Amino acid sequence: MDNYVVEMLNIRKEFPGIVANNNINLQLRKGEIHALLGENGAGKSTLMNVLFGLYQPEKGEIRVKGKPVKITDPNVANRLGIGMVHQHFMLVETFTVAQNIILGSEPTKAGAIVDLKKAEAEITELSERYGLRVDPKAKIRDISVGMQQRVEILKTLYRGADVIILDEPTAVLTPQEIKELINIMKALIKEGISIILITHKLKEIMEVCDRCTVIRKGEGIGTVNVSETNVDELASLMVGRDISFKTDKQAANPEAVVLSVKNLEVKDARAATMVKGLNLDIRAGEIVGIAGVDGNGQSELIEAITGLRKVESGEILLNNKPLTNLSPRKVTESGVAHIPQDRHKFGLVLDYPIGENIVLQTYYQKPYSKYKILSFKNIYQHASKLIEEYDVRTPSPRTKARALSGGNQQKAIIAREVDRSPDLLIAVQPTRGLDVGAIENIHKRLIEERDKGRAVLLVSFELDEIMNVSDKIAVMFDGKIVAEVKPEETNEQELGLLMAGSNKAKAGDV
Amino acid sequence: MFSSRLFNILIPVISVVMGLIVGAIIMLSFGYNPIEGYVALWNGAFGNMYFLGETIRQSTPLILTGLSIAFAFRSGLFNIGAEGQVFIGWVAAVWVGINFDLPLVIHVPLAILIASLAGGFWGFIPGLLKATRGVHEVIVTIMMNYIALHVTNYMIRNVLSENGDTSERIKETASLRSDGLTELFGYSQVHWGFIIALILALFMWFLLEKTTIGYELRAVGYNKHAAHYSGMSVKRNIMMAMIIAGAFAGVAGAMEGLGTFGYMYTHASYTNLGFDGIAVALLGANTAIGSVLAAILFGALKVGALRMPPLAGVPTELVDIVIAVIIFFVASSYIIRWVLLRFKKGER
Ligand SMILES: Nc1ncnc2c1ncn2[C@@H]1O[C@H](COP(=O)(O)OP(=O)(O)OP(=O)(O)O)[C@@H](O)[C@H]1O
Ligand SMILES: [Mg+2]
Repeated sequence: MDNYVVEMLNIRKEFPGIVANNNINLQLRKGEIHALLGENGAGKSTLMNVLFGLYQPEKGEIRVKGKPVKITDPNVANRLGIGMVHQHFMLVETFTVAQNIILGSEPTKAGAIVDLKKAEAEITELSERYGLRVDPKAKIRDISVGMQQRVEILKTLYRGADVIILDEPTAVLTPQEIKELINIMKALIKEGISIILITHKLKEIMEVCDRCTVIRKGEGIGTVNVSETNVDELASLMVGRDISFKTDKQAANPEAVVLSVKNLEVKDARAATMVKGLNLDIRAGEIVGIAGVDGNGQSELIEAITGLRKVESGEILLNNKPLTNLSPRKVTESGVAHIPQDRHKFGLVLDYPIGENIVLQTYYQKPYSKYKILSFKNIYQHASKLIEEYDVRTPSPRTKARALSGGNQQKAIIAREVDRSPDLLIAVQPTRGLDVGAIENIHKRLIEERDKGRAVLLVSFELDEIMNVSDKIAVMFDGKIVAEVKPEETNEQELGLLMAGSNKAKAGDV
Repeated sequence: MFSSRLFNILIPVISVVMGLIVGAIIMLSFGYNPIEGYVALWNGAFGNMYFLGETIRQSTPLILTGLSIAFAFRSGLFNIGAEGQVFIGWVAAVWVGINFDLPLVIHVPLAILIASLAGGFWGFIPGLLKATRGVHEVIVTIMMNYIALHVTNYMIRNVLSENGDTSERIKETASLRSDGLTELFGYSQVHWGFIIALILALFMWFLLEKTTIGYELRAVGYNKHAAHYSGMSVKRNIMMAMIIAGAFAGVAGAMEGLGTFGYMYTHASYTNLGFDGIAVALLGANTAIGSVLAAILFGALKVGALRMPPLAGVPTELVDIVIAVIIFFVASSYIIRWVLLRFKKGER
């Protein structure tokens, strides 16, 4: 009776030193949104890469529309109607949207000339049908992350996919963009397309998914109907224990001001002023959360504090000493740590072993090196300790960072930054891509740092996180802090309004 | 699954085999006997002490230019300028060799040091422009090659000789040759430079893999943004990488000046040592040990080729084809990787 479009049966996939998938079953019905849930490193991306033909399973069978198939490479997957949007996008930055979409299956006229006109027309038609707003002529590097994602989805549709795999699509999106994506998914299933959705956000699963397959440490746990379950059950299925969603913490004990930002002005790469006379104080022993819609100057503010971007005017003080326009090394040495927003661009040297990434800022100090000669013994000893403490799941500290799962890469960065126990810890989207267990753990760490008397600056687009973790919320809009509120004294609606720039009255009394 | 390390070893080996096979096919199709051809090639490269000495002599500067390109590449830079750096190093070494009167133990090291500084300076200029102005190093190093060619020719005519086409000979105390060595290797042009090249290969490996300097350089090569974020100076590392790369190539020039020739002559065009270094680094997967092995292979091919016309009637150009095919296969290692994976799948 069941009408499965894709069946993965008893799949096993090994990597050197690790079994990433064992005995996993996943059956996808036509027209459903099927969630794939599991902790960081559980093997979700691996399983989907098997389905997409990027990895060959050691054991198991894959059936598409009832027929057993061997998916030897992504071209075979495409022919079978399977498309995938990866955790990290694969677009050519300097190409236009249309060029990216047709790349590899270009329509031609006269047998050889790429017919871009025709492609653009087709793309416009497709995007209208599914409500995927894109501008076919825009260059990838000029469009938002949300639009890049829509381009990736269009790419699969353009190749005729009726099964689409989305690997953590919402991790990189703002709440607004997530709403839009959910509408797109709903439009897609109406047209008979089936979707496999990987996400760590249980609320999203509850909202859009029909069924959910859970894997834990590479083992298939089972499939549940979403209508018959709830968030807590999903969480305990995936982690194997109960999880608390509300972070417990004592009231803060703010002391002396650690970071003081005065009248700061910062420009972005295109020389537009993004931070416009911003003032902000953070005290020892408190967590200040910056709430705001992406693009209101948060990145520029953080980059200015950490020495990655030039300060045009104004002043930054750390423990009353000037920090303005110091080099990143000086900033780090004065006692600032920074969990960056983009872990692949800034946070890691992906081709270095994870162990060597853990000393990225301290390699030149004792005991990691002496007379400029690295002590790999000490480096790996330290790395092993942190990997253990922060539950970074990796076959070995010598595994290249590239081979770790996305969430475990993030945990390694957090381990490195928090372990230095700096006076000021800046965490930008620290839990992006982490599973609920890891999020709980990271939040605890941030609060621990606070309780040790450090100042913590948290930037997050997730209001839940801001509300749960911060002692004070600073709302950022149009390059300024427009309001400071206590989490107990506000709610998501009010924050939403403040973030949209309304309620100027409140801004006045800061 | 093949590990990536195994791939890195298999790809050059398979490429070399493919190069030789294609060479054999070409010899066959033009009516030559490939076995005779390759026997002549082998004997011409390793057949007796004289040929062995010549092979070593030919490999020496190739090791160094290979190191130069590999070193820059590991730091994320493409040093097309090894060619020019060789010229500058050569002329500098010869200048020291002619103009100083020093005991051997000082004269030779001084000449090599000055050559490395001169080559390093020639690398520093594109490094500086890249670091401070963002000018692409490929463009600048190509221009620096022309400048080097003409500057050295001018130096030879006006400084190192009186309007001649060759410089004076260097003093005996600056020479890398020694009578014992020359005699041992059947009066070939072999010199002690080979040992220097091996030491520098060891030095490069140590610097890149074991020191904080190498850790920074490689980090910059892999990911500039992460390097900057973690407090490394990307600009300083770019300049440093180009200086060191230039110094390696400068020493390659010194090998020609102090060892092989003992003087410098005006060049109408490039020596190709720098360009062949690109092939060496590519085949050697940008590692020190790989560059040494690849340089010895190319050195042997070039020297051995000279024996192919008299012994097998095969023109020396055939070896250029073989080298080209090897490079082609290394460069298209993607194809080999793909075939290997297919092969592996077929087994299951
Ligand atoms: N190419 C690879 N080489 C070696 N090990 C790998 C490779 N890719 C993944 N792994 C390992 O396989 C395991 C599963 O990784 P995978 O990326 O599938 O996790 P995931 O469930 O997608 O996690 P996340 O939620 O963090 O993205 C991890 O332990 C990872 O280190
Ligand atoms: Mg993943």
